[in-house]
Amino acid sequence: MEKLIEILENLHEGIDYETCETLIDDGILDSLDIVTLITDINDAFDVAIPPEEILPENFNSAKALFALIERLDNI
Amino acid sequence: MNFASFEFLAFLAILTLVYFVVPKKVQWIVLLLGSVVFYAFAGPVSFVFLLFAIVISYVTVQILGKRHASLKKYLEDTKETLTKDERKAYRAKHKNGSLLVVCLGILLLTVSLIYVKYLSGFSFKNGISFGSTLLEVMGISYYTFISIGYMIDVYREKAAVERNFFRHALFVSFFPQLAMGPISRYADTGEQLKVSHSFDAKEAWCGLLRILWGFFKKLVVADAIAPAIGYIVSEKLGGIYFILLCLFYSVRIYGDFTGGIDIVIGSAQILGIKLPENFNRPFSSKSTAEYWNRWHMTMGNWFTNYIFYPLSLTKTMQKLSKWGRAKLGVGIGKRLPVYTATIITWLATGLWHGFAWNFVVWGLLNGLVILVSQELNPLYEKFRARFPKLWHSAPYQSFMAIRTFLLMSLIRVFDCYCDVPLTFNRFFSVFYTFNIADIWNGGIMNLNVTGTQYIVIAVGIVVMTVVSRLSIKKPLRETLWEKPMLGNALMALLCIAILVFGSYGLGFDASAFIYGGTFN
Repeated sequence: MEKLIEILENLHEGIDYETCETLIDDGILDSLDIVTLITDINDAFDVAIPPEEILPENFNSAKALFALIERLDNI
Repeated sequence: MNFASFEFLAFLAILTLVYFVVPKKVQWIVLLLGSVVFYAFAGPVSFVFLLFAIVISYVTVQILGKRHASLKKYLEDTKETLTKDERKAYRAKHKNGSLLVVCLGILLLTVSLIYVKYLSGFSFKNGISFGSTLLEVMGISYYTFISIGYMIDVYREKAAVERNFFRHALFVSFFPQLAMGPISRYADTGEQLKVSHSFDAKEAWCGLLRILWGFFKKLVVADAIAPAIGYIVSEKLGGIYFILLCLFYSVRIYGDFTGGIDIVIGSAQILGIKLPENFNRPFSSKSTAEYWNRWHMTMGNWFTNYIFYPLSLTKTMQKLSKWGRAKLGVGIGKRLPVYTATIITWLATGLWHGFAWNFVVWGLLNGLVILVSQELNPLYEKFRARFPKLWHSAPYQSFMAIRTFLLMSLIRVFDCYCDVPLTFNRFFSVFYTFNIADIWNGGIMNLNVTGTQYIVIAVGIVVMTVVSRLSIKKPLRETLWEKPMLGNALMALLCIAILVFGSYGLGFDASAFIYGGTFN
């Protein structure tokens, strides 16, 4: 989770990623950020986030995003 | 079979009757036979191409289904014996095999589409030419996209595999959506086409009203303004007439396309099938991006889901992102992959509409406007934060909607001339031969549209605007269903308006739909 928060902070500073649950709904992350984020996550966690997982519910919070990474990593 | 014809109404009436009379478990067979009959009107060549798409997509999803099942079994069986990394490596290798299968399916269908739309007029006579005698294959763009979407959804494990060949054939060929969309996904219609449906008076009444409303938009408004568009284009009129052309064509394509989709969705609604919506008050959009979320929505979703996102996330794009951020800075690096994917997606959207420069320019202009709007967004946000009252005021909101409407009307006019230099030439003529008095000096009456027709069109536009405003929370037809006296009276009035004011008389030579013809 810390690694993910670090990636998110590199994208936009000054957001409380531990608690924020409206990253997409409030427009904090836009389409440019999503692609950058996925690129960095793929590198850091060795998982490939497929296009069909680009859904607001997966990107609205760091928690949801981390759950997605874990789901993709666990087989 | 033209949707705007007595022929289609008779076909729909007979099909509906048979559909609700037969035992429920064979309703889907009636729909399949209905689709076959509907398609038979398009001729044997069309039928062969449809059959090809059905067979290819069927075989592809069956193979994918078996591969998914075998992977699942292997991963379950090896839970205790293999390490996590070994299992991940196996899954990745297996996924690559499945990717190959789906790519092959997509390739075959794409080649078939490209052949029909772009290469079938290719000729060596009198030198190499692409000719103008392209094969006419009804709905190939639509069922190809429906089939490709389904194959990708099965590959992504987001849609169930239909084992029954004939049920699969029905999903791909369900007749209302073959001529002009909507481009439905398996999640939209797959299950609905499998289950039985009882006759529902409300759905039938609302569906019928929607069909009539579609006829009104098409025959009373869109077809009535068409001669003026044809005249301005053929005479290459410039100045104020170019502006009139932009406005007239917007009215025409709105009436034609949304009207056609109303007939399509209304027809399916009578049969108890809910097709996805394709429009959501597009001319109320405050920005180009919003406009494309409201206009031809199923096409937009298709390109976003199956072209834009996969393209943005390819390894090449990810490398481009990393390289850009390292060499050119975070700002440019972030934009590189998304902007490249946006331009490619819009180029593909343009080419899907037709293999011509005007469509290429149309697609690129749309992509460019969206990207420029995105860049200007921080500026808009600052303005919004500085002047919140002004921003939310009705005049400013209207200004944004009118600005978007005019911009989209201008881009759309590339459809009319089918000639890029001529379109630019006529556009610039606005700046040097603009004389608004041309209109009042009788010019507008020389465009093959009579004064009475202009009045009918103007009234039609007002009626369409009012209905659109009254349908924001709930479609007006559903409100009218709760007031039967008023609803039935308005339905009768609509019938009279169509029969009296319909441009060419219902069923005689109502011109074909733009999206059902040019953009098949």
